[in-house]
Amino acid sequence: MTVSALMTRTRDAVLPPFEEIVAEHGPVVMRVCRALLGPADAADAWSETFLSALEAYPKLRSESSIRAWLVTIAHRKAIDQRRGAARRPQPAGDLPEIPATDPASGGESSMDDDLRAALDVLPAKQRGAVIYRYLADLSYAEVGELLESSATAARRSAADGIANLRKHFSKGAKR
Amino acid sequence: MSDKQIIDRLTNAFTDVASDGRLHSRLAALAERQGLLAVSYHTVDSPLGLLLLAATGEGLVRVAFSCEDHDAVLAGLASDISPRILRTPRRLDEAAHQLDEYFAGKRRAFNIPVDLRLAHGFRRSVLEHLRRIPYGATQSYAAVARAAGNPSAVRAAASACSHNPLPLVVPCHRVVRSDGTTGEYLGGPEAKRALLAMEAAA
Repeated sequence: MTVSALMTRTRDAVLPPFEEIVAEHGPVVMRVCRALLGPADAADAWSETFLSALEAYPKLRSESSIRAWLVTIAHRKAIDQRRGAARRPQPAGDLPEIPATDPASGGESSMDDDLRAALDVLPAKQRGAVIYRYLADLSYAEVGELLESSATAARRSAADGIANLRKHFSKGAKR
Repeated sequence: MSDKQIIDRLTNAFTDVASDGRLHSRLAALAERQGLLAVSYHTVDSPLGLLLLAATGEGLVRVAFSCEDHDAVLAGLASDISPRILRTPRRLDEAAHQLDEYFAGKRRAFNIPVDLRLAHGFRRSVLEHLRRIPYGATQSYAAVARAAGNPSAVRAAASACSHNPLPLVVPCHRVVRSDGTTGEYLGGPEAKRALLAMEAAA
């Protein structure tokens, strides 16, 4: 069942089996988790997101956008996870973390690593807008809500973010 | 690089196809541990085609032939039981194993907990009676109606068989017409004839 079919149904219509939600939106939520937290923490955030979603699922209004709902949960899980990590005491003499690499990206991995690094250093609003608009495919209104700003501001942040990523690559090409 | 190329690259850089299966089984295990999994299901191959097996925490709750449309059956479970449904092969392992043995002629009775919550009233009494019809035996719809406590409800007994949520495991295929013909079956009349022939030969 497609999301649009879901959204046109009436309020007390029956929700599809949760398995369909995981199958349809699992990959998008994974991309968002990886972009927000990096590959090492993404799996935990993904599981936490779908567990919370599963718990709340029977009460979900069937006309709501499932993808936006899931991405919102992932957004909150990522914030929690970062706060948790910041609070966790770092043992003395801890080795610097080895950045996890993406095993799936093969030969072009260095360029992907570069792009991931460039995304990570964007200002927070730009980074969030790029992730939620382009990786999660949310509307600017939904992105605005997630970033606690407006649709207009979200559109500007996303455009600025992409422009900065492009600048990064044209600089890289000149090197 | 155009904006579109950057966006495509970004999507690609964060796409992880390798861990899908592992993530899903981890989610199912966590959901089960936290009591958030109402229905687990799995599909298995059989001589009668693909079978859908679904279980609650209490036991096997649904067996469906592919002609019943597995997507429709799952949608029905979502509305009748709960939409907290995940594909969880492990929880159906024992049922799948016993069905394999049954089809191989090595098993005459199923020894798995069943959950009859999808059948109510007289239909449920019929199913409870069906579970006592032994392997290789048959009974008429009239005899089943009588045994389930309502001798005049022959049509209702037939209807209970045709709505059996657990075919094979609750052996509605052992109920035949009084004139000796096999009658209707959820999995089609041919499947019913094949099952009766298999049981008679064993």
